[in-house]
Amino acid sequence: MTFSVRKESNGVVVVSVDGQLIVGNRQELKQRIIDALEAGDRKFLVDFTRTGYIDSSGLGVLVSLSKKIRDQGGDLRLAGLNEDLKTLFELTKLDTLFGISDSPDEALTGF
Amino acid sequence: MRPALSADVRTYEQAAEGLEVELRLRLPSDLALVEEAVDLVARHLEASFIDRHLIRFNLRVALTEALANAIYYGNVQDATKGVAIRVLFGRHAVHLEVTDEGGGFDYRFLPDPTLPETRMLSSGRGLFLIRNLVDEVRFNSTGNSICMILRRD
Repeated sequence: MTFSVRKESNGVVVVSVDGQLIVGNRQELKQRIIDALEAGDRKFLVDFTRTGYIDSSGLGVLVSLSKKIRDQGGDLRLAGLNEDLKTLFELTKLDTLFGISDSPDEALTGF
Repeated sequence: MRPALSADVRTYEQAAEGLEVELRLRLPSDLALVEEAVDLVARHLEASFIDRHLIRFNLRVALTEALANAIYYGNVQDATKGVAIRVLFGRHAVHLEVTDEGGGFDYRFLPDPTLPETRMLSSGRGLFLIRNLVDEVRFNSTGNSICMILRRD
């Protein structure tokens, strides 16, 4: 399980989750995004194209990051969720909280 | 270096509900071990249970939640306490028990995490996900042991 971070030319910080976003690694994701937020970045996209599953603590970290980023006038969007992951967001009604795109390219175009 | 987790596996002939394999393992209260334990259990089940997708997603998420709850809330991350996993399974059913050494909790009174007033909280979704991802959930009377059941014909 790893995270890779890149910055697009339009200023969007894209974090890709390779593997799982769960209780054992969620703090690493949180810290990476907070570091970028403190460095002045405001637009964030988490790419789940290569993600197997997310647990409730992973969902919780996305909720708390979304609040922090919005408080700073920014936005956190999600992309690349497979059908199972979409189901998790729908079950928990978190699909109403995040902008969710089918692919990272689509999300970046609309940012 | 810490040794890898390992499971004790036994098989039974003519077991009730076709639950002919029993897998047991015990892990210390360390959240860093959750993924390894889930991998270990899922590998055994994928080789046997009829619906591999159910193991790869539903069971992995449900077991991750149950272990995190057991370590974090049950044992309050006390390194001297352990978490026991016992799985009975066959081709059509899985009974997955996770037991901690804590005092238990009242599983009947948990707030609905999908309400407008709870949706923005960063915790409180674990048991809700478990209930939605498996067919049946049971607790012991103390509330420190959860049994999650999956069935597929």
